[in-house]
Amino acid sequence: MTEDIVLPASREKNAGVDGEPLLQVSKLTKHFPVKGGFPIRRTIGAVQAVDGIDITVHAGESFGLVGESGCGKSTTGRLITRLLQPTTGTISYRGQDISHANRKQLAPIRSEIQMIFQDPYSSLNPRQTVGKIISGPMEINDINPEGGREKRVRELLEIVGLNPEHYNRFPHEFSGGQRQRIGVARALALEPKLIVADEPVSALDVSIQAQVVNLLQKVQKELGIAFLFIAHDLAVVRHFSQRVAVMYLGKIIEVGDRDSIYTRPRHPYTHALLSAVPEVNLTDEDSAGARERIRLAGDVPSPISPPSGCRFRTRCWKAQDKCAAQEPPLIQISGNRADHLTACHFPEEPTIEGRDEDIVLDPALAALEEGQAE
Amino acid sequence: MTTLTKEAGAPTPAGAGPLLSVRDLHVSFKTEDGIVRAVDGLSFDLERGRTLGIVGESGSGKSVTNLTILGLHNPMFTTVEGEILLDGRELTTARESELEKLRGNKVAMIFQDPLTALSPYYTVGRQIAEPYMKHNGASKKEAWQRAVEMLGKVGIPNPVERAKDYPHQFSGGMRQRAMIAMALVCDPDLLIADEPTTALDVTVQAQILDLLKDLQQEFGSGIIFITHDLGVIADMADDIMVMYAGGAVERGTTGEVLRAPRHPYTWGLLNSMPRLDSDLGAPLSPIPGSPPSLLTPPSGCRFHPRCTFQDRVEGTGRCVRERPLLAPDRASACHLTADQKRTIFIEEIKPRLG
Repeated sequence: MTEDIVLPASREKNAGVDGEPLLQVSKLTKHFPVKGGFPIRRTIGAVQAVDGIDITVHAGESFGLVGESGCGKSTTGRLITRLLQPTTGTISYRGQDISHANRKQLAPIRSEIQMIFQDPYSSLNPRQTVGKIISGPMEINDINPEGGREKRVRELLEIVGLNPEHYNRFPHEFSGGQRQRIGVARALALEPKLIVADEPVSALDVSIQAQVVNLLQKVQKELGIAFLFIAHDLAVVRHFSQRVAVMYLGKIIEVGDRDSIYTRPRHPYTHALLSAVPEVNLTDEDSAGARERIRLAGDVPSPISPPSGCRFRTRCWKAQDKCAAQEPPLIQISGNRADHLTACHFPEEPTIEGRDEDIVLDPALAALEEGQAE
Repeated sequence: MTTLTKEAGAPTPAGAGPLLSVRDLHVSFKTEDGIVRAVDGLSFDLERGRTLGIVGESGSGKSVTNLTILGLHNPMFTTVEGEILLDGRELTTARESELEKLRGNKVAMIFQDPLTALSPYYTVGRQIAEPYMKHNGASKKEAWQRAVEMLGKVGIPNPVERAKDYPHQFSGGMRQRAMIAMALVCDPDLLIADEPTTALDVTVQAQILDLLKDLQQEFGSGIIFITHDLGVIADMADDIMVMYAGGAVERGTTGEVLRAPRHPYTWGLLNSMPRLDSDLGAPLSPIPGSPPSLLTPPSGCRFHPRCTFQDRVEGTGRCVRERPLLAPDRASACHLTADQKRTIFIEEIKPRLG
């Protein structure tokens, strides 16, 4: 695949006053009902997938959303593209509230917010040719670019690094990486202002991942498209996003610029998450202990009955009574830089250096390691 | 039908030589589109108590190799050639009844997806107790006690009660712990872990990896650890084998392979992976192209269509004509000279790693 693709001149620079957010999400919640009971099925509870989050994405910016499975990051993406209806809260796109907009009101906005899906095998219709898939959005929105839709599709194929002659091929003739490129081309077809990318590279092989990340980055920079980049891979998010939010059980627990989150994290969960990423040590000396080692106990609790107060408290080594009683607000705590917000009563030191003592909360691990130390 | 070319070798006394020795293994499948050569001339050894990490992308043959060791391939469509010696005993020619005695007893496996690997019909405790009953002749009660003990060891809280639960009542991380308990219940000599943490979250993955490492010290099993994640391999393995398109391309200790890699594919993998401390200004350097189809693998070096260094090899077209061989021990299957590999890595690859 050629990596030096020439992109056509960017369309007019992003409309909108500088600094005015492109997308503003406030107090967004999404609860999925849980049905049960016999013989009459009733709602017996709710999965609190997203529970009051605030996100601001500026034009042309790449905003990363990280978290483990079940933390609500994908639901957030689907709410923003309005594939799901929010329970409460507002989503405003360029000042216009779209949180409960109907189909007709959404139509013009849908063309400006596009989505790239995780699985390139299920997100492309196997019975349509590549040309049909990519021109689909133009057809629906009745857009007739100069020179015809086919010319535009060929242009798009070239932008994403595919051969324009593949216009008449079917998705099964392509590899995973190439399919994901088709997905990117489809998202670009309507010249969107915001792309919600939900785990766009996690289904791909390692050597292909980098190709797609580079492509997305090129598109983002040269076409000035804002991205909401949802992923669980911390290194990929760091590479792609200028600002990053960390989610845990439906809440944003820490948000800030990339540097603050990755080198000066304050929330214990962010610390645990960063320390859990397995890394290749490329330096010659054995630098064990250079990074902190935190091993949490157990799994993420169920979002059906999340813990009271701070949601991380059940796995946190600093938890005290206050954490159960009072939910920590997402604020700029002392010692944080501007725009670096943390939701914690007892924040950690802003460093990721190794500690004097590893934090091992897992009982089996602690027992085994103690046995070996003796 | 399984075609076998080699007769079972004379068994060597147990304890001498490596625990597992794979020699010139070829595995191919008959499919509608033709013959897929999934593993093509693979040799490696595993010592007792050590961990061999096998890294490779999907389709590199890493999983097939290990299914073949356990004899879990479908003999109707599979051709196996070469030798697999476990403790001196030949496995490719072994009868099904012999393999049955080994599986779960001397050799155990941890699969990627614990929900599909565990049976939904039986309690977790029963599934762990079963191999112990079968292989050790233990009574039902003894085996159950052993299952509870193992569950406790892998960190399931309240194991006495949780052993009575069904897999769907466990969370993802707990299911993988139950799988580990099941694999270790008969104290196996060889443990094969096929992407055991790929389906797990990063914080749970860290717990499971540490748990496996600690349990290995206690049980002393040899582990074959299969993954596509170089970070995980760096954490887990003593030795690394990098696989590409059905063959090994590089082999050495973890330090050697990761700090002074010698094969262009390994360089490509290291370069294409973003890290938490990599340089943010530069774009990632991916490996161009995509992995080849094993129906029609490339001639010569399997990696040559994606390799950017082949013009530096002496003798034009050598990479296309001649398949480079992988010598034993620390080696890489590439026609570049040892000097070239060293200088290219130090001057061109290492600076980009930051």
